[in-house]
Amino acid sequence: MAFNRKDLLGTRELTVEEIKTILDTAESFKEVSTRSIKKVPTLRGKTIINFFFEPSTRTRTSFEIAAKRLSADAVNISASGSSVTKGESLIDTARNLQAMAPDAIVIRHRSPGVPHQLAKMVEASIINGGDGAHEHPTQALLDAFTIRERKGELAGLQVAIIGDIMHSRVARSNAHLLTKLGAHVRVAGPRTLVPPQFDKIVGESEGSITVCNRIEEALEGSDVVMMLRIQRERMSDAFFPSLKEYSIHYGLTLERLALASPECIVMHPGPVNRGVEISSEVVDSARSLVLDQVTNGVAVRMAILFLLAGREID
Amino acid sequence: MDFKLKSQIMDAAGIKRALSRLASQIVENNVGTADLLLLGVRRRGVPLAERIADRIAELEGHRPPTGQLDITLYRDDLSTVGPSPVVNRTDIPVDVTDCIIVLVDDVLYTGRTVRAALDELIDFGRPRRVELAVLIDRGHRELPIQADYVGKVLQTTDDEIVKVMLEDYDEEEKVVVVERE
Amino acid sequence: MKLLIKGGRVIDPSRGVDEIADLFVEDGRISALESESPDEGIDIFDASGFVVAPGFIDMHVHLREPGEEYKETIASGAAAAVAGGFTAVCSMPNTSPVNDNASVTRYIIEKARAAGLARVYPVGAITRGSEGKELAEMGEMKEAGAVAVSDDGRPVMDSQVMRHAMEYACDHNLVVVDHCQDLHLSAGGVMNEGRCSTELGLKGIVSAAEENHVARDILLAELTGARVHIAHISTAGSVEMVRAAKRRGLPVTCEVTPHHLALTDEAVISFDTNTKMNPPLRSEADRKALIEAARDGTIDAIATDHAPHHFDEKMNEYDCAPFGVIGLETALGIALKVLYHEAGIELSRIIEMLTCGPARAFSLPGGSLEIGAAADVTVFDAAREWTVEPERFKSRSRNTPFAGWLVRGAVVTTFVDGRQVFRAG
Repeated sequence: MAFNRKDLLGTRELTVEEIKTILDTAESFKEVSTRSIKKVPTLRGKTIINFFFEPSTRTRTSFEIAAKRLSADAVNISASGSSVTKGESLIDTARNLQAMAPDAIVIRHRSPGVPHQLAKMVEASIINGGDGAHEHPTQALLDAFTIRERKGELAGLQVAIIGDIMHSRVARSNAHLLTKLGAHVRVAGPRTLVPPQFDKIVGESEGSITVCNRIEEALEGSDVVMMLRIQRERMSDAFFPSLKEYSIHYGLTLERLALASPECIVMHPGPVNRGVEISSEVVDSARSLVLDQVTNGVAVRMAILFLLAGREID
Repeated sequence: MDFKLKSQIMDAAGIKRALSRLASQIVENNVGTADLLLLGVRRRGVPLAERIADRIAELEGHRPPTGQLDITLYRDDLSTVGPSPVVNRTDIPVDVTDCIIVLVDDVLYTGRTVRAALDELIDFGRPRRVELAVLIDRGHRELPIQADYVGKVLQTTDDEIVKVMLEDYDEEEKVVVVERE
Repeated sequence: MKLLIKGGRVIDPSRGVDEIADLFVEDGRISALESESPDEGIDIFDASGFVVAPGFIDMHVHLREPGEEYKETIASGAAAAVAGGFTAVCSMPNTSPVNDNASVTRYIIEKARAAGLARVYPVGAITRGSEGKELAEMGEMKEAGAVAVSDDGRPVMDSQVMRHAMEYACDHNLVVVDHCQDLHLSAGGVMNEGRCSTELGLKGIVSAAEENHVARDILLAELTGARVHIAHISTAGSVEMVRAAKRRGLPVTCEVTPHHLALTDEAVISFDTNTKMNPPLRSEADRKALIEAARDGTIDAIATDHAPHHFDEKMNEYDCAPFGVIGLETALGIALKVLYHEAGIELSRIIEMLTCGPARAFSLPGGSLEIGAAADVTVFDAAREWTVEPERFKSRSRNTPFAGWLVRGAVVTTFVDGRQVFRAG
């Protein structure tokens, strides 16, 4: 039984076997996206709600395309703020969603744990589309898929994750996923943006995780570099003085990239701040897989929708 | 699940003879190999299609292109089959439009697999004609579907299972009828 | 009107008593403690096999009245208190309006008297509206019945204001109770800062945010001579500072909650909002330090920080849900499970933290079974196991992190002024 979950809440709870099932399935779905008719009838009659409490174009569109290529009916709901500011408690939100009888709900929310809380309240499959700084499992899965496509195997790879680790759900989901697949993760960023004991958050695995003091240390000999988006509002919270200083000390330039392995690939979950965390020369170079990540995102999300819809219901 | 062997239908030589006959009939019916495309239905239809193509090459001096269809995404029983079946790749090497396609599968039973394969095929283009070749036709159709080329027709009951075993996937090469114990 | 509580193991830490004895109550007061006694013509409660202790005192509860009666009322809170063995509770001033003047203080006392269950001792605000700026009318509140002052939940950030508050409180012999939290250092935090907050992506509250103010308050206590009480102490660092302050003879006391003794921030991984409270659940190292401090006497009292919230409010995003859990009806079961059954701390020491410890810290009456004292008595079974079922609580709220827990130690009956105010069903 390779995959029989109701929900996809994070990469933390996935087994290696489940991860491999998702990635293998995604490979088959990638082929569907190359057909002239990019649509299969698999999830005909299923309803998928994309419930985004945070603005997002990329992830929402990716899920929407994935659902539509599987012939599911995808509905987008956007809301801003918390249920508290709306005056509706989470339980009412859950009950309203349930009343629409969806088969799956993709949820993005600014508060960590909301998908986990909703999963206990509704019958539909919950897919975490990003919960605060906690997890973004589909992003990590598409990152792993993209790495595997290029490098064949994740085990033994040195993967540098650089930037605002503290506020990054991508960093956390990748930390769990990549170490499970046997990669060695190094994280680096300004000390203010690396939360305590980040190297202790993952479970026992073939891989490892190290917090580096300097970005150069993380880059040295790495096979994959993942840059994280830096948000302007972090300046006002005194995490770092200016974007200019950030880009000088922590940005990925061609010079810094030269420290990495010659075959090193560069990734970014997007949207990219050109000239801040990553220079234009790097983004546009042949080593950058930013667009591959977007393409693969659809295949990975199709695989997840398919696997969750096909679960055994008892 | 344990099975009880009821009878053996074909041995390796029998399979080979049946496939040779299917190959001859396909080229005879289509007057050669022009525009011919053989598509095996995953899994055991795939090696059968390859073997038929090899035999056609021997007969005609030209090997028609082959490909494979994975019909998982077109099944009508996904919600009952769970947990998630494995999805494999569909691989069609040429544009299907105007081709004469021969779908190849091991056993024709309810007809639902062929229905799914036809639906999938149509999403790839508009073939001139689609034909169906099967090693075994065991009856019990649930859809109005017939094979154009049949290795052997078998009378079976619903409790029986026809197992086509091929060296590509199994340790031996034979066709047997078994029953659940 | 005479009552005999017969054959129980009487433990009264205020006088060093721990023996099988009969406790006599006459006209609401303790009249005698004897080993063998005639039982003619009086009410008898057979306490054999049970512990007979002074009525418990919870120096830190939120009864929500006035203002948020949908969460708890003084009457429902008092009912929860006696069900948990507490014959007296100190109610924190963060009601609506804030208890920052004598009229609110009197209102609370009046409501408690009408309920007629546990005694309720109001704690007044340190500053007007608990806004941390101008001093509240401490003198008048004291005369009206307030037993201490605190800006619980809204700590006084301005150290000069805190200094003046301590100086002024000295004049009125009031203890200054502080919820120690540097609000700048803890800004936005919803749980302990550490491995778990990093894993969950939730904003952490670093231990230093508490320790910063514990250190400040100890320095100010030394400067002003005021009696300072550290509420719900939660970190190993805070414990060490209080231990050192006591060693130096400073008038500093502290309390610990059952949930900080029983749980760590690992519990937050469930995203159950009933694990959200302030101060947050800390690390295992902190929890162990708290247990040791309970053992060695650094901690004066076990206080619940009983903080009722409505189900709807807790059914929200973790970072939006309100801080706080209820604790009156689980305090004994948790305290005995963790401190007695697991950590092996003596019963008399645990009872001290529930009775004369808090009484001494706030100079409250009670906490003792001496002859002539009001007959506030709690009888409990130290061994009985029971499962926490929130739907059976007397409290109006259900926000406990212990739902479904198997705990050990159950209240059998509670007497206030010799009246039986609770009896386990």
